[in-house]
Amino acid sequence: MIPTLLGVAALVFFLLRIAPGDIVELKYAGSGTFAPKEALDRERAQLGLDKPLAQQFVVWIAGIVRFDFGNSMWTGRPIIEEIKVRLELSLQLAVMATLVAIILAIPLGTLAAVKQDTWVDYFVRIFSIGGLAMPSFWLGIVIILGFLIFFKWMPPLTFTSFWSDPRANLAQLIWPALAVGYRYSAMATRMTRSAVLEVLREDYVRTARAKGLWESTVIVRHALRNALLPIVTVIGLEFAFLIGGLVVTEQVFNLNGIGMLFVQSITNRDYTMTQALVLLVSFAFIFMNFLIDLLYAWLDPRIRYQ
Amino acid sequence: MQPFIAAARSFASERPLGAIGAVIVILMAVAALLARTLSPYDPLQTDYGAMFQSPGTSHWFGTDSFGRDVLSRLLYGSRTALWIGFSSSILGTSIGAVIGVYCAYFGGRVDLLLQRLMDILLSFPLIVLALVVVAVMGSGVWNVIFAIAVPMIPRAALVVRSSALALRQMLFVESALTLGASHARIIFRHMLPNVMAPYLIMLTAFLGQAILLEASLSFLGLGVAEPVPAWGLMLRGAAVEFAERAPWMALFPGLAISLAVFAFNVLGDSLRDALDPKLRLP
Repeated sequence: MIPTLLGVAALVFFLLRIAPGDIVELKYAGSGTFAPKEALDRERAQLGLDKPLAQQFVVWIAGIVRFDFGNSMWTGRPIIEEIKVRLELSLQLAVMATLVAIILAIPLGTLAAVKQDTWVDYFVRIFSIGGLAMPSFWLGIVIILGFLIFFKWMPPLTFTSFWSDPRANLAQLIWPALAVGYRYSAMATRMTRSAVLEVLREDYVRTARAKGLWESTVIVRHALRNALLPIVTVIGLEFAFLIGGLVVTEQVFNLNGIGMLFVQSITNRDYTMTQALVLLVSFAFIFMNFLIDLLYAWLDPRIRYQ
Repeated sequence: MQPFIAAARSFASERPLGAIGAVIVILMAVAALLARTLSPYDPLQTDYGAMFQSPGTSHWFGTDSFGRDVLSRLLYGSRTALWIGFSSSILGTSIGAVIGVYCAYFGGRVDLLLQRLMDILLSFPLIVLALVVVAVMGSGVWNVIFAIAVPMIPRAALVVRSSALALRQMLFVESALTLGASHARIIFRHMLPNVMAPYLIMLTAFLGQAILLEASLSFLGLGVAEPVPAWGLMLRGAAVEFAERAPWMALFPGLAISLAVFAFNVLGDSLRDALDPKLRLP
């Protein structure tokens, strides 16, 4: 995990520095005034951009180990602060979208498997193919559009914390969570369907039925329980989609979260911010996969890690 | 031609969904090729006398905030989508395939090193890596193509490598070596043609994703730049701002993206089932 993260850090750091044009030039170009070369150099020295690349890298990594990501090159404020004020929103959105995905995927997928080749099955399959095809940002736009046209209402634009006013918070965040979660659920629904179908053919399911268990018990306790492993895998793999969905959906709903910050940092050539955010996202991604591995052992006691 | 038609017919009867996808893809390609003759208006022509016209006989899909015809922009937009989708997928899958075969052929330390690099690239979510490449190279059509291709390289390399590993042990590779063929010749003439099935499967699987990614990047303002007609771009800014007044501006481009991605996805799925049902995509 740590070597991969270090590789990610090195790759992003050096990639961003081979880009032509740096933040200092961009800042002055934006102000419209002519800047003498000395002023540019002074600014570069202030940001540490005049040091050799290797030295800059080591300084940066040494900072990260102490949870110091440096200052944003654009606003000048500490990056950790900028992330902190936005993390709550994005984290909540991510959790809600995952919940939406699970709540959609597992019942629908199981239902489709049990009612294989009926109209229920076809409906679920079309529903999930649609989820894969529709961009979540467009789904977001359509949701806003629907509210505007039919109810003359729009989700609130200013973020209220869940802890201060849960209702206002949910009224705002449930829609982007639905837009992202629907897309996130598509793959998991398909996987649930095929995994349950496979398990339903097993001998122990026949045994469970033969000894007269309720059909619902057979499905939930015997079939679904054993089909969970591949479903969990897909939910973990698709975590990347969740992050991608957040990046674009926050834009649609005008939510000032990590995704918005990431896009801004790229538009502004805010190297330090982009670096920190990429590292954060990759860490989340790798950590999620690690959690999934742990979950395996819990779901399937036969799996043991040395 | 005869065997091709027979093959197409059996594919269509066995996999109706895949056939529907293929038809949509062909229609899109026709729309892209004939955009000039099919479009009722110039997609870039602004007409301030005809802003926000609702869909009707003169403008089938209405007009946007500059009075530009939405249908014409959609038709030209399919050019952008297909061009970027195909070139980035072909670029990414091809580079990935070469790396995959190279790793499988040489093995050893080179393989290990490249695998580590691919692992690092795989730990970026698709869109994040694309955005990083855009951050480095800037936006614009060619940079977007490259940005979409990069995240596909490790995924294609992984799949092709595992297919090529089996090829490495094949007798024809062995005999080519004994005959004194160069490494490059063995890789390009003997091994790459034999990983065509996974290559094609990866390619079609990526096409839908590439179109979606292009739309997302353009939507974020980091992809294709105005005034080029692109579906993602049409959903940006005015489409959301004036959503209540002119909902068609937001509806049609999104439908076009969904339809295109749907078509490529189902086509890719059926192609995988037909060619290699056991192949697992990362």
